[in-house]
Amino acid sequence: ATPDPLITEVQDWASGLGDGVDASPYGVPIQFEGDVIRRNVEWLTADTISSINFTPIHALDGTITPQGCAFERHHSGAIELKKEDYRLMINGLVDTPLVFSYEDLERFPRQNHTYFLECAANTGMEWAGAQLNGAQFTHGMIHNMEYSGVTLRTLLEEAGLDAAGDLKDKWVYVEGADASSNGRSIPMEKALDDCLIAFKANGEALRMEHGYPVRLVVPGWEGNMWVKWIRRIEVMDGPVESREETSKYTDVLEDGTARKWTWVMDAKSIVTSPSPQAPIKHGHGPLVITGLAWSGHGKITRVDVSKDGGKTWETARLGKEGEDKALTRFYLDTEWNGEEMFLQSRAIDETGYVQPTKTQLREVRGLNSIYHNNCIQTWWVKADGEAENVEVS
Amino acid sequence: EKHGLGRTAMPEEIAAWDKDVSPDGTGLPVGSGNALDGEEIFADNCAICHGDFAEGVDNWPKLAGGDGTLADEDPLKTVGSYWPYLSTSFDYINRSMPFGSAQTLEPDDVYAIVAYILYSNDLVDEEFELSNETFLDVEMPNAGGFITDDRAETEYSQWRAEPCMENCKESVEITMRASVLDVTPEEEGAEAVVDDVVEEAAAEPAPEPEPVVAALDAELVAQGEKVFKKCKSCHQVGDNAKRKTGPVLNGVFGADIAASEGFKYSKVMAGYGGVWDEATLTTFLTSPRKMMKGTKMSFAGLKKDEDILAMIEYLKSVSQ
Repeated sequence: ATPDPLITEVQDWASGLGDGVDASPYGVPIQFEGDVIRRNVEWLTADTISSINFTPIHALDGTITPQGCAFERHHSGAIELKKEDYRLMINGLVDTPLVFSYEDLERFPRQNHTYFLECAANTGMEWAGAQLNGAQFTHGMIHNMEYSGVTLRTLLEEAGLDAAGDLKDKWVYVEGADASSNGRSIPMEKALDDCLIAFKANGEALRMEHGYPVRLVVPGWEGNMWVKWIRRIEVMDGPVESREETSKYTDVLEDGTARKWTWVMDAKSIVTSPSPQAPIKHGHGPLVITGLAWSGHGKITRVDVSKDGGKTWETARLGKEGEDKALTRFYLDTEWNGEEMFLQSRAIDETGYVQPTKTQLREVRGLNSIYHNNCIQTWWVKADGEAENVEVS
Repeated sequence: EKHGLGRTAMPEEIAAWDKDVSPDGTGLPVGSGNALDGEEIFADNCAICHGDFAEGVDNWPKLAGGDGTLADEDPLKTVGSYWPYLSTSFDYINRSMPFGSAQTLEPDDVYAIVAYILYSNDLVDEEFELSNETFLDVEMPNAGGFITDDRAETEYSQWRAEPCMENCKESVEITMRASVLDVTPEEEGAEAVVDDVVEEAAAEPAPEPEPVVAALDAELVAQGEKVFKKCKSCHQVGDNAKRKTGPVLNGVFGADIAASEGFKYSKVMAGYGGVWDEATLTTFLTSPRKMMKGTKMSFAGLKKDEDILAMIEYLKSVSQ
């Protein structure tokens, strides 16, 4: 072997000078990480203004998603709304209808919570079989952030709920300030449970594309309900049955009837590496298989990994203990010597729910549900380390 | 515990924002319209994406048809075949449509458009007068087609067993491959091509820089390119530009108004005359419908003068 010139020769960076402070007052990733970006599948939608892109989950580790590469979904484009121009109204069956400024919101007691946000359509392309080749595309409509904000309960109580009478059958209707308004109806029980009016994520202001300056957080429930640029909360007798809760985000079953109010995101997991966009390049020997697991019902308690398409399973190691309605990272520290693998992962949450196979899901729902596909995914890792999205018997 | 924050919302403010309409008709404004009137309003405001007959253009939503397809392999879910409540159509059109000019329609227009969509789904005849009074008379075909989430009974109870760890199946065969379908956006491949091109280019002498026709403000062009994002849903530019819902804009600066070949312009634009120059573009971009009442372009206009300046500079750059 010859000595490594990177070690034996004096390199430019070891002799000259690097950038001074302030070269980038708000930093961006180093140029070598330029491929860790959101990606869009152009043919999925008519236009990027009403569309979705995908988080590069194949290239991330840990559980927190940086805002800059966390997927976006807009219905009428991402708007620029200044804090000074921001207003939040609470009206309907409340004692006093109120208007809050952004400054008002920051004066309420606030909390920090980490939650995943998954689009109901995540993995929707897989209903018809293996389609898009990469974890980013099959499972990238998800992100996980630490939110700072005020509980929705706090604001509802500020307006007063005596006027609403029995809260059991009451709803809150929430809408955004953008042209789509993306209105959704949420049962009062959930509104008073764990919903947040959030203005910071991962410590910094929300990005424009995620609802700056203020968005709603609806832990464990489908992303469409997390209204961005939230401007109005109305306490109501019943659901509005808006476009986003009737014509969209309802799940057609095999006989043509459709499920509505399918709000909770069930337990799910995905191997992020190796995967089609993250092939094995390091040769034989030690291999770290890793991925993400989550459940809208609570904590992930266990993740199993199979290397042979579900014949045998091994229980993976969790990066840290599962957190309520947040992403959990799992690792299987293993050995690979060029053998073909059919990699799968299977999440189990604290309710005992076991992530189903594609076959199990299709038996109950058929192929036309579009939303809520939490099937077990298979990556075929070949002898050269390349991986492909496949379906197996 | 109250914090004493916020202020009382005024009735005018609540009226301005609280416009949602519920299935029982709560929230409907007073007004009316029929399908005959609706056809014209639809043609002017909606057809650019949804088609003259609500049949949909490109990937934009189809609003009519699909009756009886919900149990098929690819169900066609439209207002007629799928939507359980008529209020949803009114509510959505009233508050969020037309795309790019939301909340510009009068209640009578919205009633007429909804009547026309019902008519294009063969649910009412063209004289049917839809109003806040007659709203609940319309029966939606799929009103009974929905059930409340039943996963707890049909799925959760079945999928809680201790999972199998060994000898779970006899064989594993590949039944479908993503690479066969080949619908994933290319990228790795594209990089390889770029590398090849760079290597080839290195062997040839550097080409002469092309002469610049007129000096453009590069910064302003770049700014305009950003503003142009608002237009991209309907207009393309560049070498591979194709006609979408709006005409291709290569060469538009300096060209005659309504001169893009093959594009079906509105009557008002087709007969307007003149040339797209700084003056006409400024007036048009400020408020398309003020300059040309009846234009198909459903864009409200650019509010900032600097955006208009930048846009014109950008349009010049794609016209050289």
